[in-house]
Amino acid sequence: MAMWLFLGSECLLFGGLISTYMLYRGRITQGPRPSQIFDIPFTSVSSFVLLMSSLTMVLAVTSTQRRDYERSKLWLTVTALLGATFVGGQVYEFTAFYNEGLGFTTNLFSSSFYTLTGFHGVHVTVGVIMLMALRGIISKNRDTGDRAEVVELIGLYWHFVDIVWIIIFTLVYLIPA
Amino acid sequence: MDATTTATDTVQQGDSHEHGLSDAMAIKIALILAAMTALEVSTYYVDFGAFFLPVLIILMIVKFFTVVSYFMHLKFEHQMFKLLFYTGLGLALFVYFVALATFKFFN
Repeated sequence: MAMWLFLGSECLLFGGLISTYMLYRGRITQGPRPSQIFDIPFTSVSSFVLLMSSLTMVLAVTSTQRRDYERSKLWLTVTALLGATFVGGQVYEFTAFYNEGLGFTTNLFSSSFYTLTGFHGVHVTVGVIMLMALRGIISKNRDTGDRAEVVELIGLYWHFVDIVWIIIFTLVYLIPA
Repeated sequence: MDATTTATDTVQQGDSHEHGLSDAMAIKIALILAAMTALEVSTYYVDFGAFFLPVLIILMIVKFFTVVSYFMHLKFEHQMFKLLFYTGLGLALFVYFVALATFKFFN
């Protein structure tokens, strides 16, 4: 229940950030326009990677429920690697945008864009850390209580990060400002 | 709350694990999501005309609720969990429309 309450509050956080972006996306007084710097094929691959990490997370949960802990550790590792790949892509993208002249304070669009996607990136990074910690806990048998429930709770967080990206990908990248 | 309701709730909560997806079903859903993502990306290359925005918005909403319903298995969860999550989502939309109205009237 606490996890769903937390995710509900996270909806509000990202709702606020997405709203801010939507309201400021057209405020481009200087610097490059999104259409000039967005690399849609690259971001599409990143989106696909994150989407597939949701599948591997489900496979980790079902493996744990079957008490197949070796497979569970494998899928947790794959999910973490896919998440890390996504974050790596985001770091590359931010660096490319900065080099193109789009800094955090260049205009209102850039501030709201970096804040929204940056917050999401931090959430993915926290998720990767949790996945690796969980893998370590399962490896060393240090968990107490219902192991399947713990994996499921972290899975819920991971899927939440994915659904937020589903919205960001469409509203920020595919629908032009 | 009577004893029958409490017992039903307990069974429903306990059942959430039983309603978990099979691996094959999860893979099928992921493939459908991947196909929808491919269709979304195709709007960047192909001119959808007047359908551009509706197609993207509908695909986004369908993908969102597919992940929430099946991968997060909210479809099979207790009503209380649905209420908590959808209240957050509803409030987020409310915040957006209030901010939009504020900008419209006071900008």
